[in-house]
Amino acid sequence: MKKLIEEFVKGITIENPTFALVLGLCPTLAVSSSVINAIGMGAAATFVLLGSNIIISLIRKIIPNEIRIPCFIVVIATFVTINEMMLKAYFPELNASLGIFIPLIVVNCIVLGRAEVFAAKRTVLPSIFDALGMGMGFTLALVIISTIREALGAGKIFGLVLARGFEPASVMILAPGALLTLGFLIGFVNFWHIHKKTHKEIKKVGCDGCR
Amino acid sequence: MNKLIVSTSPHIHHKEDTASIMRQVILALIPAGIAGVWIFGLRALSIILAGVVSAVIFEWLIQKARGVKITVLDASAILTGLLLSYSLPSTVPLWLPVVGSFVAIVIVKQAFGGLGRNIFNPALAGRAFLLAAWPSYMTVFAKPFDAITSATPLGLLKEGKAAELAQLHLSYSDLFFGLRGGCIGEVCILALLAGAIYLLARGIISYHAPLAFILTLGLFSWVFGQARFFSGDFIFAVLSGGLILGAFFMATDYVTTPLTTKGHFIFGLGCGLIAFVIRKWGGYPEGVSYSILIMNAVVPLIDRYILPKRFGIK
Repeated sequence: MKKLIEEFVKGITIENPTFALVLGLCPTLAVSSSVINAIGMGAAATFVLLGSNIIISLIRKIIPNEIRIPCFIVVIATFVTINEMMLKAYFPELNASLGIFIPLIVVNCIVLGRAEVFAAKRTVLPSIFDALGMGMGFTLALVIISTIREALGAGKIFGLVLARGFEPASVMILAPGALLTLGFLIGFVNFWHIHKKTHKEIKKVGCDGCR
Repeated sequence: MNKLIVSTSPHIHHKEDTASIMRQVILALIPAGIAGVWIFGLRALSIILAGVVSAVIFEWLIQKARGVKITVLDASAILTGLLLSYSLPSTVPLWLPVVGSFVAIVIVKQAFGGLGRNIFNPALAGRAFLLAAWPSYMTVFAKPFDAITSATPLGLLKEGKAAELAQLHLSYSDLFFGLRGGCIGEVCILALLAGAIYLLARGIISYHAPLAFILTLGLFSWVFGQARFFSGDFIFAVLSGGLILGAFFMATDYVTTPLTTKGHFIFGLGCGLIAFVIRKWGGYPEGVSYSILIMNAVVPLIDRYILPKRFGIK
């Protein structure tokens, strides 16, 4: 059980798809202009990730190695289609605002990456936890980016106006704002990792290490 | 640096350092500021002060936070704040130059490692951010000696409201002395040229980049500026926008321009070409600031291919 929880947690922390692996940047940059879109995109990607990880880990022994990528894509595309139909039926507004980025989950490198490096080599149960962790990590990253962008660029969170006198900087909900925010967040995450690492090393060596 | 001992040979020591160069550039910019304040009123002065003071404070704060040596006294932050507020209209709210200074100093300069390590000209990048963030403030200009707002000559030209100088009710001398709508520091060409000549005479800037910049933009505007070839207005193109400010004070920045003379020339050429393309076909009436920023990004490439000749090698 401890192992499974580890698989789940690593997707959020040390192997966070956005901040550590830097995968799936296209939807990250495009749909993080509002928190609602970010949550919708994260949930959709998590659903596809979960489905594809389960099926691929189940059939991993009968997939011929030479054509594994097309096989993965067929499985992923199936779940994306289910996802898109469900969104159209139950959340038409969200579907309209996410637009092309829902079908594009087919070629999302997080989903394909997890199929290739994880689900194709492991059993079902770890694959489920891996998918959930990665999906959570992706959603969390999207929510963080979109919170910053929506607050600064539109002066709102969840469509609610934050402060009356504040004049939003429209650049933050445009493309440059996405790149700026992502760059700074990756910078902060790396800074934090380096800081933690050096701190640990100093503790291990102790003050005697310098004498 | 006082403890640096090199060798026994007699060396000629020159007192010039970063701070003294920065001080001289600031000195050269003062006439244009006085002209701007005279033309647009005390409102312009408060914007310049807001930009400069906030730039210095941000520089001090971020260097304190980073735990590096505090180099506010080298005056580079003052210069950044000055150039930033010179490239703003005089009608903007007072918090706008402060936000611009934050972007310029914290994001463009210090996040990349401080003075000497920034890829882009901080003042121009700050301006580009403000223009993208609050376009409604950044595209409204005050008329000289008046509270009425108007577009810049280039803006009117872009909108097709005027095809030539006479229709703008402006003469070349109006443009030369700065009696037109525009940013605080860009309008008075006379004052800018006085500062530029001082810097050229002191050998602080070289003439290559500004000359190539101005000639390229002017020539292209002359040849392709109007529907008929060779009927564009060379002098109007040179005097009407932020070209003189950009060419002499921003395209000559030590950090963000190439190292060699030939490199400077190519830098100016590229700036002129891009500025012309933006003015003629781009969405904005003026393209000087963007052209310099784009060429800033090309500088490593220029420096890679234009190598200085080593001494003694034929």
